[in-house]
Amino acid sequence: MTVIGWIQIILFCAIVVALVKPLGWYMTRVFNGERTFLSPVLRPVERGIYWVGGVDERREQHWLTYTVAMLLFHVGGFTLIYGLMRLQAVLPFNPAGQTAVAEDLSFNTAISFITNTNWQNYGGESTLSYLVQMLGLTHQNFLSAATGIALAMALIRGFTRSSMRTVGNFWVDVTRCTLYVLLPICIVYALFLVWQGMPQTLGAYVDATTLEGGKQTIALGPVASQVAIKMLGTNGGGFFNANAAHPFENPTALSNLVQMISIFALGAAMTNVFGRMVGNERQGWAIFAVMGILFVAGVTVTYWAEANGTSALQALGLTGGNMEGKEVRFGIVASSLFAVVTTAASCGAVNAMHDSFTALGGMIPLINMQLGEVIIGGVGAGFYGMLLFVVLAIFVAGLMVGRTPEYVGKKIEAREVKMAMLAILVLPLMYLGWTAVGVVLPSAVASMANAGPHGFTEVLYAYTSATGNNGSAFAGLTGNTLFYNLTLASAMFVGRFFMIVPAMAIAGSLVEKKSIPASAGTFPTTGGLFVGLVIGVILIIGGLTFFPALALGPIVEHLAMNANTLF
Amino acid sequence: MLKEIRPAILVLVLLTAITGLAYPLAMTAIAGVIFPKQAQGSLIEKDGKVIGSALIGQEFKEDKYFHGRPSATVAPDPNDASKTVPAPYNAANSGGSNLGPTSKALNDRVKEDVEKLKAENPTASVPVDLVTTSASGLDPDISPDAALFQVPRVAKARSMSEDAVRELVTQNTQGRFAGIIGEPRVNVLALNLALDAAKAK
Repeated sequence: MTVIGWIQIILFCAIVVALVKPLGWYMTRVFNGERTFLSPVLRPVERGIYWVGGVDERREQHWLTYTVAMLLFHVGGFTLIYGLMRLQAVLPFNPAGQTAVAEDLSFNTAISFITNTNWQNYGGESTLSYLVQMLGLTHQNFLSAATGIALAMALIRGFTRSSMRTVGNFWVDVTRCTLYVLLPICIVYALFLVWQGMPQTLGAYVDATTLEGGKQTIALGPVASQVAIKMLGTNGGGFFNANAAHPFENPTALSNLVQMISIFALGAAMTNVFGRMVGNERQGWAIFAVMGILFVAGVTVTYWAEANGTSALQALGLTGGNMEGKEVRFGIVASSLFAVVTTAASCGAVNAMHDSFTALGGMIPLINMQLGEVIIGGVGAGFYGMLLFVVLAIFVAGLMVGRTPEYVGKKIEAREVKMAMLAILVLPLMYLGWTAVGVVLPSAVASMANAGPHGFTEVLYAYTSATGNNGSAFAGLTGNTLFYNLTLASAMFVGRFFMIVPAMAIAGSLVEKKSIPASAGTFPTTGGLFVGLVIGVILIIGGLTFFPALALGPIVEHLAMNANTLF
Repeated sequence: MLKEIRPAILVLVLLTAITGLAYPLAMTAIAGVIFPKQAQGSLIEKDGKVIGSALIGQEFKEDKYFHGRPSATVAPDPNDASKTVPAPYNAANSGGSNLGPTSKALNDRVKEDVEKLKAENPTASVPVDLVTTSASGLDPDISPDAALFQVPRVAKARSMSEDAVRELVTQNTQGRFAGIIGEPRVNVLALNLALDAAKAK
């Protein structure tokens, strides 16, 4: 670890913190339907969409209708991506002549993008046409992100509204989020990325004759427009196979810093939106503090482990940390930081190969995802995930003092706690269950790239990432097989929607309750005690669930590494 | 609930048209005007022919050129499409080795490379980036240490003085952005082009 390394980490954190308030202010205005400086341009477009779609923007929805609307929207998105991938050979914008994508891979990828996972069993430049990248993947990057934020808004309204039945209008929330928040930022952001060196062209791949006379085919494409929303919407699906490690997908150290910031920006701002909507910004900062403390702890461990390197490298007299699977322009610190950022948020873009990280360095990304991706988290999704843990923490606090727990004016009762537990427990069921199958079934075992405990970690990481809708991978695992395409798709589907429905049920239940003013007996939820309690609940629930699995994977590998055992 | 089917189709179609077509196509048009070079992939041409991209590493094996990092990219096996063969710096199929910290294959490969490099330059310590594959397999850069390590070999192959070659390395070393962000690095293709240009003079 170096001083300049820590300065880079602190700079990153400072910029994220500085963005929380202004972005939170702007997003609050958008979701309250107030005028913004972009309204003169965007309001006519917005009204046009409602008019064509037959949406009455003043008519709000019951939580069930809101959820059904969201699900129908995704059925359409799934059909679109699946159809485009199957038909890409006969559709335009296909200069590389990509052929139709197989059924199971198309199915996996369609599920992957509607769930905001963006798991890459596809190869990017070697599999997909430009049309699929734009109309299939870029569009769903926007809409799955907008959906996440919309759902978080619905849950926040559950807390802020008193004795009502509706939680907002899904179509309005999604449209406004896309038009007023995501699209304007992406337009500026994409141009910045092109300036840094990212291609944005519909031209064919270029054949170059290298200095030594070899032939090199250079894949190109409309990269910047997709990468902007891939990061901002915490999607993470790469234009290229190597994702943000590819020099075209992340050309400079500056583009790398901005990409990391954009992964966190909206998720971090959601805490401020929450604070503003419940009428006390400190409520938002308390949640932000929970996220921040867990994040910094994770960064410290991964940075330390990667800077230390592996004992195999050290034995050969190599210093400078574990550079296998890392790019020179990012080095150890920016690669470690990126790995923690991308898994704390449910982004899943990678600028280094997590599979080649040290055992402990790679364990932190795994833990981040297993904790439910609530450390900033996916746009919207991370926030409603965190609120589920808050509900539990408040419940635990209530049990301790023997009083009905309440949070920002709403009583937390049996129904909310049951729903929160359901959402939290369904995740380990998926990733632990499928991992157990994956390490036993011979055809699945054949997919592992590394032997020993590292192979086990590859499988565990895959299902954890899929269930958490992250999308990063220990990419040595050959995921493009029938077994993995189908089982990973099921993990992604359950991980997304079996969390959303209980969260929406909580929103529906809370919105009907009366708001009660805080009294002397109310547990304060803006102080250090609350922050510590939530962190404790997250770590205890998380730790109890997945510690045994970690012991079989990264922990035993770390011990083996120190004993100079190779597999 | 049935009322929601119409917006589910039409709102989806409209938002898809905006975000999946209008936005990327508009960005392509604007970027093509403002940053035409970058938008096309920062291609480098020599005598009217494309010799590569400034951002994409390429394979160098000859002694007279600086070498980049090992690359783990592969290409489909021409004899059996279900298998792959090593194809370093394949810019149409990026990827890393994905070998883990306790991998015997990784350890053997690094050991072999270290021995080769030690034979080439016994006095300096081997820089770690010269024996590890990058994440993309297309890393255009090496660390300044890795460039300096190769100076004796390149100088000998070109019959240039080591100082002259070292001077070129220094000229082609890029520092951190604003002195803080990222790592110092040397773009291998740019350095090798500078070497060729120096010879031409």
